[in-house]
Amino acid sequence: MTNETTPQASSSQAVVEARDLNLVFETNDGPVQALKDVNLTINKGDFVSFIGPSGCGKTTFLRVMAALEHPTSGSITVNGMTPDEARQKRAYGYVFQAAGLYPWRSIAKNIKLPLEIMGYSKEEQDKRVAQVLDLVELSGFGGKYPWQLSGGMQQRASIARALAFDADILLMDEPFGALDEIVRDHLNEQLLKLWARTDKTIGFVTHSIPEAVYLSTKIVVMSPRPGRITDVIESTLPKERPLDIRDSQEFIDIAHRVREGLRAGHSDDA
Amino acid sequence: MKNILAVLTVVAAIIAFWYAACVPMNIKGVLDQAERAGATVTPATAKERRDMGSFGLVATNTFAIADTWAQDRPRLPAPHQVAVELWKTTVEKKITSKRSLIYHGQVTLSATLLGFAIGTGLGILLAVGIVHSKVMDMSVMPWAIVSQTIPIIALAPMIIVVLYSIGVQGILPKAIISAYLSFFPVVVGMVKGLRSPDHMQLDLLKTYNASTSQGFWKLRLPSSLPYLFASLKIGIAASLVGAIVGELPTGAVAGLGARLLAGSYYGQTVQIWSALFAAAILAALLVALLGLIERLVLKRMGMSA
Repeated sequence: MTNETTPQASSSQAVVEARDLNLVFETNDGPVQALKDVNLTINKGDFVSFIGPSGCGKTTFLRVMAALEHPTSGSITVNGMTPDEARQKRAYGYVFQAAGLYPWRSIAKNIKLPLEIMGYSKEEQDKRVAQVLDLVELSGFGGKYPWQLSGGMQQRASIARALAFDADILLMDEPFGALDEIVRDHLNEQLLKLWARTDKTIGFVTHSIPEAVYLSTKIVVMSPRPGRITDVIESTLPKERPLDIRDSQEFIDIAHRVREGLRAGHSDDA
Repeated sequence: MKNILAVLTVVAAIIAFWYAACVPMNIKGVLDQAERAGATVTPATAKERRDMGSFGLVATNTFAIADTWAQDRPRLPAPHQVAVELWKTTVEKKITSKRSLIYHGQVTLSATLLGFAIGTGLGILLAVGIVHSKVMDMSVMPWAIVSQTIPIIALAPMIIVVLYSIGVQGILPKAIISAYLSFFPVVVGMVKGLRSPDHMQLDLLKTYNASTSQGFWKLRLPSSLPYLFASLKIGIAASLVGAIVGELPTGAVAGLGARLLAGSYYGQTVQIWSALFAAAILAALLVALLGLIERLVLKRMGMSA
């Protein structure tokens, strides 16, 4: 925290550090190695995508960061603390694949949910709701109920809910997986803008190669049985990314490398 | 329109069947009366008629069919007799009269509502305990289930005697029998309702570091309401049955149960049937009222069922 004077210094600050992380689930069919020897560092302000086929442990790793699962061995720190301590310090907002808004609460009241739980004052709650609604471009929809909104808008509201309190890490588990591609493109663009405006560190789980390449500063390619990291790609794309950057040679090259990584992970379980 | 026609057809069929059933059920009584009045009846003596089947008697004495629907104390009263009795004992009697079904109905209703309130409160409390404590889940739930396997008609006199011996009488013993029947559906529905939020919802609250009580008030309780209402509808009907059963063993002088009992003592079948119908109508009104509240509440909560 001492040399935050230059952006370079702050961006190289490690937010998440995983060392030799292993997680074994005991199931009825015997133990399943969900994560094997995972080593990863996420720096402040990074946009990290986790990509890989089902069962590769990408969601599990996100849940370990959020202290929703606990590793069997190895260590992980979030902001220099254990994930449980980080949770108590409200270090992260979590966005699930389904928006999961409460049908009996208006959009504004849904966004207030974490604020109520964390004990923010009424005025502070109203101020923050207005702020984050503006951030996800839903100003004016606060009084609406979830069923009155489209799927894409509901997901934006759930992102607003995760942004409402001051978490500096945003964990997103296939947040746009259930949406069609046109809506998804639009939300990806918005998410990048939001990331630029808020300077959050984002962990993002996805199935989609273009989505991962378009959004990320760092792409973590994973493969299943056992769940492990096969490649970590630092993106060379600029921070400013219009949608048509996806036609550039650079973008295609990175996407190609991701595809190679995914294929390599698959070949050894054939 | 089509629906109304279908409903009316079913009602008409039931009434027609009822009228038809009155004929063989009541024919012997009618013929005995006719014989005493000096009419020619085939066969002529009660002894011979006893050995004949009801349908045979109807076939040989077709003149008596109309009378089977107009007896004073029929075995099975005809629909219009019950309807007339209902009319006389509700609209044409003062509410304060001991023969008014409204008077008896409200005696039973007050016990029903008190029992329903006790049962619902108890049911919700038990469900909250069961959902939050594994020990309660394993220790209370089996007893709740066992409690419902004992016939209430066997248990009711014991409850009343035990309570009487410690000085509790009046409305409370009836209400407790009512509560005994109505708490169970509430427990079952409420446990299911409180457990209805999915993993994702619970994980989300975990990421906020929410306490158990915050999770209860903000997520579990609102999610459980549709289940609660379904249970309440069963519970209120069970409460009414409980209150009526509670009136039977005490020789109570007021209430629909007392009315049923008095009717059976004096062979007043019309009175029994009208009390039964009064109970059914009361139950239907209570369930409909709950249904209305359910619709309003769930609509306001964006969960219209």
